Amino acid sequence: MLEFVSVKYKNVIEVDYLYIPKQRVTALTGNSGSGKTTLLKMMNKMISPCRGRILFEKTDLNEIDSVVHRRNVIMLSQSPIIFEGSIRDNLTIGLDFQKIGVPPDDYLYSVMKKVKLEKELDLSSSILSGGERQRLALARIMLLDPQVYLLDEPSSALDDDTGQIILGMFINHIRDNDKTMIMVTHSKEIAKNYSDYILEVDQGKIGNGSNNG
Amino acid sequence: MDDTVISLGILQVALAYVFVVILLIIIRARGIKREKEILVSSVRMTLQLILVGFLLVYIFDNPNPLITIGIIALMITFSLFTVIKKFKGQISKPLKLVIVFAMSTGSVLCLFYFLLIVIQVSPWYDPRYFIPIAGMIIGNSMTGLTLGAKSLIEGMTEQRAFVEEALILGATPKAASKKIINNSFDSAILPTINSMLGMGIVFLPGMMTGQILSGTSPLTAIAYQIAIMLGILGSVSLTVILMLQLGYKTFFNRQGQLIQN
Repeated sequence: MLEFVSVKYKNVIEVDYLYIPKQRVTALTGNSGSGKTTLLKMMNKMISPCRGRILFEKTDLNEIDSVVHRRNVIMLSQSPIIFEGSIRDNLTIGLDFQKIGVPPDDYLYSVMKKVKLEKELDLSSSILSGGERQRLALARIMLLDPQVYLLDEPSSALDDDTGQIILGMFINHIRDNDKTMIMVTHSKEIAKNYSDYILEVDQGKIGNGSNNG
Repeated sequence: MDDTVISLGILQVALAYVFVVILLIIIRARGIKREKEILVSSVRMTLQLILVGFLLVYIFDNPNPLITIGIIALMITFSLFTVIKKFKGQISKPLKLVIVFAMSTGSVLCLFYFLLIVIQVSPWYDPRYFIPIAGMIIGNSMTGLTLGAKSLIEGMTEQRAFVEEALILGATPKAASKKIINNSFDSAILPTINSMLGMGIVFLPGMMTGQILSGTSPLTAIAYQIAIMLGILGSVSLTVILMLQLGYKTFFNRQGQLIQN
């Protein structure tokens, strides 16, 4: 589905060849500073490589409209930004950006329940804790229902038990709906427990991939 | 109404310098070291205005379309230098070009509309109307552009993370910058709106005061003042909107990505 061919981004990362399969969960592991986040940002075209080609469904990313691509391939950043306003505003802001109609409250509450965020929609988002903000951001991208999810260190704010349950739920959601997921994590345990493929990134280079389980 | 205007002679103007002398005595007594600045600015103001006075007398006596256009071009160029100088080092070349375009197009369009359609000056280049009105329109647009560009640059820098998150969520660059664009428009237009709200109650505007002092009926003076205020509002809005609508794009590349600093 996603293919990197002789890609180089500044002095951060260099990839000879990389293939991310469709409808699978792929984990990119490695120490911090190894270039994992840069890889993710190239996948949803927030940045473009200085050299080489990235293909999405066999089409060069340079030929795909960035906004269209980002709506297909959505990223959850490591510390997602929560905008001013209520929980509802934050939950539906992506829908507004993409000009998608807002579903009824029942549905919004059901998505919030999935990420274990049981709060009133009209509460101010400023009262949320760090972990709750991360979950709100996760619910926000779930509502957008993209083809591909990119998760940058989902474990960092979901490290506790609730976090593990949510991650498990999310992965099930991916598998049940035939979505593709690429997650960056420094935790070998999370990579092992939840992904189909593991790719190791080390000092800007990608090692051999391995099938998991 | 007595229409005789009291003409000020050199001696009378010199008497006004008594204010400066009193001020100098006071600050010297209090030990504030500002004598030089006060003296220099008073003398400079006097000399500059005398020069402009003679220049205007010449231009009014010899109306010429080329001279009028030349003066407008000079005013715009000077105002552009003032705006761009304010952002030394923090403004990109494309944004500079956008400011030049917005200022030249926006203020010139409004100026011509105001003079030729609202006031219906004849001949069209009559410097007696053209120059003072151009000064007011260009000056106010310059202030608006400076405030708008400042707010745009600050917004795109300080709220970069928000813009980035919006892009990640599938926003177009325009939608991602919408809040910053709207805030910048507000800060650019607010001084003009505030001055309109206070006008006639809190203060009497300079142009109107000038016309009344020179013997024009207050009713004619207010008609001019109302028209020029609307003209200024139009020109400030147009130049700022042009600058913002084109300016936000300079922070993105062709791939809709935020340009790295």
